Amino acid sequence: MERYALELIEKGKRIDGRKLEEFRPIRIKRDISQKAEGSASVKIGETEVIAGVKLKIGEPYSDAKDQGILIVNAEFTPLASPDFESGPPGEDAVELARVVDRGLRESKCIDLEKLCIVPGEKVWTTFVDIHIINHQGNLIDAAALASLAALLSAKVPKLDGEDILRGDYDRPLPVVFKPINITVGKVGEKFLVDPIFEEEGILNSKLSVSVRDDDNICALQKQGNGELTIEDIGKMVDIAIEKSKEIRKLVE
Amino acid sequence: MSETGEKLIIDGKRLDGREPEQLRPIQMEVKIINRANGSSLVNFGGTHAIASVHGPRALFPRWMQESDTGILRCRYNMAPFSVEDRKSPGPDRRSVEISKVARLAIEPAIFLEDFPKATIDVFIEVLQADGSTRVTGINAASLALADAGVPMRDLVTACSVGKIDGVLVADLNGKEDNNSEVDMALAMLSTKKKITLLQMDGSVNKEELMILLNLAEKSCEKIYEIQKKVLKEKYKRI
Repeated sequence: MERYALELIEKGKRIDGRKLEEFRPIRIKRDISQKAEGSASVKIGETEVIAGVKLKIGEPYSDAKDQGILIVNAEFTPLASPDFESGPPGEDAVELARVVDRGLRESKCIDLEKLCIVPGEKVWTTFVDIHIINHQGNLIDAAALASLAALLSAKVPKLDGEDILRGDYDRPLPVVFKPINITVGKVGEKFLVDPIFEEEGILNSKLSVSVRDDDNICALQKQGNGELTIEDIGKMVDIAIEKSKEIRKLVE
Repeated sequence: MSETGEKLIIDGKRLDGREPEQLRPIQMEVKIINRANGSSLVNFGGTHAIASVHGPRALFPRWMQESDTGILRCRYNMAPFSVEDRKSPGPDRRSVEISKVARLAIEPAIFLEDFPKATIDVFIEVLQADGSTRVTGINAASLALADAGVPMRDLVTACSVGKIDGVLVADLNGKEDNNSEVDMALAMLSTKKKITLLQMDGSVNKEELMILLNLAEKSCEKIYEIQKKVLKEKYKRI
């Protein structure tokens, strides 16, 4: 299968008939959970990832007293793939969560200052929890998109003094930017996006690029044990900027 | 300008007196731990890292062995006293991620296929952190592998670049790192000029990104010269 996929890519084709720079069909469903402050499910082809947003009152960090907090966590649930095991998150889950986190944080996606309740004492902590439901490739892009869609649907709960009035909402979560993560893979001299599971095995270099609404790059992460030249990176970033516009339309 | 409003670049110079593209004083040494097959120490200004290599050695439990190749394992760890507020010992999410990307940064340089069923273990300890710890650790790991005599295609050289007060700079120190607009870590196979690690966060347009990549490559070339020099001096009498 891998050799076949490789031969096809060299000819500019894919196993599933797509073009190299074409995504599988994407379906986004918002508000999939009644209990979460925001939630979304994203399917990219067969790959399925859900993300839930919960808000909790917490203490601000000492170096950002007037800012809310963002925490991203990912679970590679063992139901999603025969390769996933239960237990604490492994290095792939940690990496995925941290790449998604950086995309959201560095793009200033959420206006954290608007999540301050009492400066220096109480702020909203926003938890984004990502669950992989089916791993058919390109998990980072799907997880980043699910997180963004969940944040866009999230609302800040009403407060009654110290208590959170669950289910009663004050305002939407202050989302300012919509960073889109695009992972571009390299095989030989060809570049492709949205690899399926079978293709990921032959991509020894991937670059995850988080692109903001103004086309600025807000996070990069090279993955795999392959090598890239500066020229490769330039081309991959160009592809990511182009594709991000198309994907962002789906959440607007 | 930093988040506290303090300027990080005054009259074109950085707070520690450096020019934008100037690296901190670099010190390197190999063979510092006699019980390891290879070891090294690398200091970039106030960032101090040591690395050791054990192996190639037999890998147990056996189910972890690969019959057609050796494997590389890598641990990046920060000493609890290496930072201002004590870091609780053991792996946290950050060090789990860095251990993974450091392994992938080094792997392409090693002839792992020469060591089926074996493992090469690389341990990086950050003893004092003042920014750019992962790249300092990767430089140390690369030297330790060479010191261990592990067959390599190339040395791996790493450096950080970024943007502070709107200026593109090389080798960020801790304060610059915390207040940077852009922060990028890059590692490359030194003579082939192939990038094996790239991480960036901040906000930057494509044009500046390309300038940063070129600055990183230029800085790696300087660091590579020092790595070569240290190894040649150590092994000149063979």
